[in-house]
Amino acid sequence: MLTRLLLSDRGGLIILALLTALIIYVPIGNLLLPADSPLHVSTFTVTLLGKFLCFALLALAIDLIWGYAGILSLGHGAFFGLGGYVMGMYLTRQIGDRGVYGHPELPDFMVFMNYDSLPWYWQGFDQFWFALLMVMLVPGLLALVFGWMAFRSRVSGVYFAIITQALVFALMLAFFRNEMGFGGNNGLTDFKDILGFDITARQTRVTLFVISGVCLIGAYLMCRFIITSRFGRVLVAIRDAESRTRFAGYQVESYKLWLFVFSAMLAGIAGALYVPQVGIINPGEFSPIASIEAVLWVAVGGRGSLFGAIIGAFSVNGAKTWFTTVYPEVWLFALGTLFVLVTLFLPRGIAGIFRTLGQWTSRKPKGDEQ
Amino acid sequence: MPESHGRVAACPGPELPLSMGLSVMMKRLLESLSAWVMLGAFIVPGVLWAESSVEEEPSDMALPLVDIQDMSAEIEPPAPDPEAVFAEQVDRLATGNLRERREMAEALVEGGHPRAGMILNALLEGRLLTTWSTPETPALIILQRGEDAPGRVEQAVTGEVLADGVPSGARAVPINNPMRNLLRDLAAMADMNHALPQRRILASERLMRGSLGPEQMALIESRLLVEEHPRVIDALEITQAVGLLRHEDAQVRLESLERLRGSLLAVVRSTVGAVAEQDPDPIVRQHAVETLEAIQTRIAFYRFTENLFFGLSLGSVLLLAALGLAITFGVMGVINMAHGELIMIGAYTTWFLQTLMPGNLTTALLLAIPAAFLISGLVGVAMERGIIQFLYGRPLETLLATFGLSLILQQAVRSLFSPLNQAVASPEWISGSLAVNPVLSLTWNRIYILIFALLVFLALLLILKRTTLGLKVRAVSQNRAMARSLGVRASWVDAMTFGLGAGIAGVAGVALAQLTNVGPNMGQSYIVDSFMVVVFGGVGNIWGTFVGALGLGVMTKFMEPFAGAVLAKIFVLIFIILFIQYRPRGLFPQKGRSAEA
Amino acid sequence: MKKRTFLKGMTALGAALALSGTGLSALAAENPIRVGVLHSLSGTMAISETTLKDTVEMLVRQQNAKGGLLGRPLEAVVVDPASNWPLFAERTRQLLEQDKVDVIFGCWTSVSRKAVLPVVEELNGILFYPVQYEGEESSRNIFYTGAAPNQQAIPAVEFLMNEYGIERWVLAGTDYVYPRTTNRILEAFLKEKGVAESDIMINYTPFGHSDWQSIVAEIKRFGSAGKATAVISTINGDANVPFYRELANQGVSATEIPVIAFSVGEEELSGMDTGPLVGHMAAWNYFMSVETPENEAFIQSWHDYIGNTRRVTNDPMEAHYIGFNMWVKAVEQAGTTNVDTVIDTLVGIEVPNLTGGTATMLPNHHITKPVLIGEIQADGQFLVVSETEMVPGEAWSRYLEGSRDLIADWTDPVRCGNFNVKTQTCLGSQAQQ
Repeated sequence: MLTRLLLSDRGGLIILALLTALIIYVPIGNLLLPADSPLHVSTFTVTLLGKFLCFALLALAIDLIWGYAGILSLGHGAFFGLGGYVMGMYLTRQIGDRGVYGHPELPDFMVFMNYDSLPWYWQGFDQFWFALLMVMLVPGLLALVFGWMAFRSRVSGVYFAIITQALVFALMLAFFRNEMGFGGNNGLTDFKDILGFDITARQTRVTLFVISGVCLIGAYLMCRFIITSRFGRVLVAIRDAESRTRFAGYQVESYKLWLFVFSAMLAGIAGALYVPQVGIINPGEFSPIASIEAVLWVAVGGRGSLFGAIIGAFSVNGAKTWFTTVYPEVWLFALGTLFVLVTLFLPRGIAGIFRTLGQWTSRKPKGDEQ
Repeated sequence: MPESHGRVAACPGPELPLSMGLSVMMKRLLESLSAWVMLGAFIVPGVLWAESSVEEEPSDMALPLVDIQDMSAEIEPPAPDPEAVFAEQVDRLATGNLRERREMAEALVEGGHPRAGMILNALLEGRLLTTWSTPETPALIILQRGEDAPGRVEQAVTGEVLADGVPSGARAVPINNPMRNLLRDLAAMADMNHALPQRRILASERLMRGSLGPEQMALIESRLLVEEHPRVIDALEITQAVGLLRHEDAQVRLESLERLRGSLLAVVRSTVGAVAEQDPDPIVRQHAVETLEAIQTRIAFYRFTENLFFGLSLGSVLLLAALGLAITFGVMGVINMAHGELIMIGAYTTWFLQTLMPGNLTTALLLAIPAAFLISGLVGVAMERGIIQFLYGRPLETLLATFGLSLILQQAVRSLFSPLNQAVASPEWISGSLAVNPVLSLTWNRIYILIFALLVFLALLLILKRTTLGLKVRAVSQNRAMARSLGVRASWVDAMTFGLGAGIAGVAGVALAQLTNVGPNMGQSYIVDSFMVVVFGGVGNIWGTFVGALGLGVMTKFMEPFAGAVLAKIFVLIFIILFIQYRPRGLFPQKGRSAEA
Repeated sequence: MKKRTFLKGMTALGAALALSGTGLSALAAENPIRVGVLHSLSGTMAISETTLKDTVEMLVRQQNAKGGLLGRPLEAVVVDPASNWPLFAERTRQLLEQDKVDVIFGCWTSVSRKAVLPVVEELNGILFYPVQYEGEESSRNIFYTGAAPNQQAIPAVEFLMNEYGIERWVLAGTDYVYPRTTNRILEAFLKEKGVAESDIMINYTPFGHSDWQSIVAEIKRFGSAGKATAVISTINGDANVPFYRELANQGVSATEIPVIAFSVGEEELSGMDTGPLVGHMAAWNYFMSVETPENEAFIQSWHDYIGNTRRVTNDPMEAHYIGFNMWVKAVEQAGTTNVDTVIDTLVGIEVPNLTGGTATMLPNHHITKPVLIGEIQADGQFLVVSETEMVPGEAWSRYLEGSRDLIADWTDPVRCGNFNVKTQTCLGSQAQQ
């Protein structure tokens, strides 16, 4: 079955091969090759690529619902951020008495805010398995409640997009509040170790990188599985003609809901992997603009092709990194122009180019227009 | 402690709320010869004085200080030279530390030297300057004369004219707010005989906030004898009643409480509150409590009104911000992420016109309205022709393109002007507030913006309902193909419609520049709110936007007092999310075939 | 190795010219000393931080004109963290690991500093942080040249209490860690001074709050209880314009309820209509209006560098000026840019500040500063109404429960950022090192 999944998807195959190569090469390049070797990969690059992998996972999650079920979520940052906060809470608990006030249990900001004891919602996060569970459960549950309400009342299209914006915006405001008990604007930072390993050690970083890569590949395969299954074909039907699919007797709402929850969990995992690598989680991740940006990665990469989302996340963030380093004053111009040009001339994104090329050589095109 | 001063203030100090200058007042004080009599002198109607000595040059005036000298002679046998004392006081007024300076200001008033009034007035207006003092050369204290002799620079103590003007390195003597208060208190007492009744009322209220000693009570009583204006009499009586709350006769105190029942002044509340707790007589205490309750009931009503106004005002801001989007997004279906930047362009237009005509704030502001409409509108038309026209029917892709545009516009403004905020000033008539009563005052800028928002809304409604363009807009938005086949130039209509929406966003920018920052990021703060309003109201329905904006505004403001600003906003967002579940197409859903997007 | 901005090219060019002028052109070829500049040039914080980037570049150019440092030219390495906090950490790693800078000048918000802290500690860099902040932190690798709460907030409140006789206090702030901490400290301080709970009103608003109607009305009511009232404002950046406008429009004047702000300086005022603000106050450690030869020279060179005489100078710029000069002096004294040596040398370094005093780097990595209180004038400048002696910065507030017994001391024998003097132990992560 795996071969069937892979062979039907040439672009994806190339991307997966590249990712695998990256996962194998980076650890060698960072840990084994000497620092002065031209092939050496610096820890900075490892972290940077690790971050891109997390973004790619987020993009994948968005593309799954947007590209294949027509659900545009401008609020996936909510799930990404929640996953990140869950991981951040675990890492914060791991600090233990190494905080600046030396309190055995309470994180620094709680000592400072005069907490007597750990709030109930912080209980259990010292256990890794619990945190891991919550990384998927918390975003999943929010998506379940939110999606259940929205799809049941047939909120769709633009309305859905806007209320997801309201959702992240509300979350951002809430997490900014210091009374929430998540460190307010500063968020959670200054982590020490994860599962007993020093979080700043190179080995830990490389391991996190590899895990991110493996997760991305795993998620990609799962998404491929979903969209090539019968379930996936119903989704495309929903995307292209929701009413007709409903009249044909399909429970449109539950199809959408389960896909939405799955996508939210993927985003949560992406957030959880992101936090230990960048070393901070704060409410800025919930900013409405950040969520829109994530959708733009997908648009640039190519909506409706899973590997396109990965390409998009890598290329946009790569460009952003390059521009902010080399031409800090003009990067917004460049980014803005990129978005405009892509929408105008590459409606199927970068992946569309591959497709067009592919069409010359192989069979029928895949419809992905709304 | 080294006392550091600022550079010479090139600016005039805060304006005195006096039509007659403090110097004139001081001069009059002098004629009354002693500090005690000085207070009494205010009682003499101003008319009498106006005839006596206004034209006289204070510096040429002879010293009518015999009485003071005699008095001080009695206290301190070796009489110090009053000129020397005066010089010393002025010196310490200018160079001492803040506390010393305040004491000196008081001493100068009591001393009653002919130049004292002028010096204190100059101090208040930032026209009293000093040079640095060094062991060799003591500080020179300089007085820049005000309107009575513009441009004249003289030595503060002697009045000797300095031919070279202000020496370099001289800087204004700093004053702080307590000193300002002290000087203004004295001014208020002079105002008790002011020709304008409003000023007399203010003076009376100012007295109430002070100590209300026997002098002040006497002053009020004597003014009451001659006062004819009913509102001034009312104000004076209330001030008197507050003073009488300290009277030893419980009966008088009870009567005063009765008199205060209708007053909403804060001072009255706090004084009555003190009586309710501290009065020795239980009956008076009881009455005070009742009076307080009566006052509180009235306040509660006004507070509700105030909150309603706050809510409508916030709603009008939301309405202005969202109206343009109601066209571009609501009518045309373009998810216009650059909407905030169109508002920003309008605000920058206001700023730019203001810098072009610095002296003329009102004209600049009025001109800014059509200018912002045109400029933002043109940018909008350019956006539509250049990009959006290729994306109709793909609303989500307009989101991406316009988001890119918004980044470009933001950075363009940042590069073109600066990343810093720009200062936009408000004309005089927009500042301040309309005081309905002491607990309810509505700020003028909010009132104007509320009216302005309503006018813009009405204008838009007229355009859509009464003009050919409006008709075509509605036709195209409802059924594009049908409209085209009936001969409507859809592409032209699209450009105009988008331009209209963009132009209205620009006009909103003009209004918002009067309230908040004008900077490259300003658009970002309105975009999410605008979308919420349009979606809440119902896409494609201008009335929905109207009701939605005002409704959300009022809702936020009524939640804010007990939930706080942040929670109120969160609750509103949650409310919108839940509301959309209940009515997926907003308050006023668009009807017809096109509704199924 | 990396293409850099046009400005940096200019700096290098300026350096080269200056060097050749003094006949030291051979040095330019040598390996330059790299100075990292970590300030947001885009996004929401660009409004404040761009100026600081320019300041550091100006200082670098000046130093090069003087012949560089240790006979080597300086090179400013500018990166843009784009007001994004994780990006601050990433860029710091880039500066330290890839660009191998010898020192970093950067950050504005507390959260950006918190994000950078683990990275500079891990990679052993030096960060000079130029903004007034909430304290409760001391890192071996960070030098805090802005004010700690005891160098700004407490003196300001004492001033109002003594000079203005204020009895009722509104503590209004944006909801983030700096106002929270400052207000906590002030609350404890006021209560210690006998101010009743009912005479303190605390209010928090979100970033960029623009509708101040209800809050100003509330302040007005609070201030009408017959006691002298003042507002201690830790309201951040953009929210200030609508706040002051609303105050003025609702008729709250500086003589009735003065507002003393800790985050409103000359730069912020240049973007506001100052008319309604006249008489309100701010507490800083530097004002552009201070008249000293050093300050005049600084303003002059700033105007020359930026090519616009209307640009103002402000407190964080002075902090960078002090920090830069301290670092230069320490490097000269140590004869090397080696981070560990420089960190140890920096403690005790004295350089003149711009207000006529001398700033000393203390063992807790904070510096001594005078506290100045200024009243806003119509031209957007401040009239200094009070100035204190040099106040040493305290990392840990004596008014907070958790930090009362803590001190920071990076000299022998303590060498700890959070040392508990009661138990004589070094707390937290530093204990393991």
